[in-house]
Amino acid sequence: MPAPLDTSEKITQYAHPDRLVSTAWLAEHLGEPGIVVVESDEDVLLYETGHIPGAVKIDWHTDLNDPDTRDYVDGKAFAELLGSKGIARDTTIVVYGDKNNWWAAYAAWVFTLFGHEDVRLLDGGRGTWIAEGRETTTDVPTPEPVEYPVVERDDVTVRAFKEDVLAHIGNGPLVDIRSPQEYTGERLHIPDYPEEGVLRGGHIPTARNVPWATAVAEDGTYKSRAELEAIYQEGGLGLRTDDEVVTYCRIGERSSHTWFALTYLLGFDTVRNYDGSWTEWGNAVRVPIVKGDQPGDAPASLG
Amino acid sequence: MSAPPTDAALPATLAEIRDDFLALPERERLQLLLEFANELPDLPERYASAPGMLERIEECQSPVRAFAEVGDDDVVHFYATAPAEAPTTRGFASILAQGLSGLTAQQVLDVPDDFPGSIGLTRAVSPLRLGGMSGMLTRAKRQVREQVAARA
Repeated sequence: MPAPLDTSEKITQYAHPDRLVSTAWLAEHLGEPGIVVVESDEDVLLYETGHIPGAVKIDWHTDLNDPDTRDYVDGKAFAELLGSKGIARDTTIVVYGDKNNWWAAYAAWVFTLFGHEDVRLLDGGRGTWIAEGRETTTDVPTPEPVEYPVVERDDVTVRAFKEDVLAHIGNGPLVDIRSPQEYTGERLHIPDYPEEGVLRGGHIPTARNVPWATAVAEDGTYKSRAELEAIYQEGGLGLRTDDEVVTYCRIGERSSHTWFALTYLLGFDTVRNYDGSWTEWGNAVRVPIVKGDQPGDAPASLG
Repeated sequence: MSAPPTDAALPATLAEIRDDFLALPERERLQLLLEFANELPDLPERYASAPGMLERIEECQSPVRAFAEVGDDDVVHFYATAPAEAPTTRGFASILAQGLSGLTAQQVLDVPDDFPGSIGLTRAVSPLRLGGMSGMLTRAKRQVREQVAARA
């Protein structure tokens, strides 16, 4: 049975209020059966320094990524992972993390690839929970393993591959959520920082730049529905909820944050996240790239 | 059990750190990294009061400032600061602070560039994140090289 919804005023305004919970809601429902809280961070050690009581850790790099292929784990590994965390198919998962939930939104997106029904984000994530002085612990829970079914990953509905994006150029909106410097191509990589090498700078033709943090309020939570509409819809980017939208960033984590906002907070029907993102596109052979601050046109050769 | 890899250029301080990590089962290595994070020494006063003197490592991940300083006696000290919300980065910085400080400039320059990949954290932390320590080491060597050149 799914956990009750957060009926606070801000959250009920969103298109899918069953996808977001406030810190107050979580504090009230913490420890109830049927709810598992998952922390997913950029920093692999942050959970160990203290986390929401009862929360389990799922790390994007070491748990959700396939160790060999650049891809996510398969249905079998996913079932083992979730089962080992005490998560059943009908469990209500509440995900939170550092960096305004970049990685939490990414985890929620991966859970969605496997069709887990009830995945919610904690609005504001770890930062808000801690800023409010709420309880944390270094006690690591040892959940009773449960059976999670082996489900085939759906790589079509919310995921886009490079070929999909090539076909999409000129046919639907692309949202590049990186920083303006990454978008224009001015910043390619960090000096002396051999993180993810990218050969070319710029953006995918026709992509519009709306940095992910535009969706974040000062307190680290998502902006209200009205504010988000003004950014992405009429009067802002001009997207319509029936547009087929593709989001991307560098490796797909920050764009998951925007994918979540468009899909669940604003109710867009079809938003796919291109997880190959710039680390694939900027290195790929013979894909078109636009430099500078203008979106650019779809190359004639693609039409 | 096979002996850990040896490298003639690896100073004893770094070799010891590496061996401590490799002696642990993979899961427990994160705990040791956390201990390093907690041990990252505070900055000396002259840097603490003017953190701008440290070079900021700009990237989309956690802000970290670090500087490898070559003393008049040719002995290197590596200083770094990173926020508490970035324990992995603090851990990497702390390994370098303990492993590089006290070496001569030449010893620092001779540290194998693949040291971060040799301490058994590749799977527990991920190669991408380990890139952060490689970046710090690369920068530390450049800073040492520049100071040595400025004195020549």
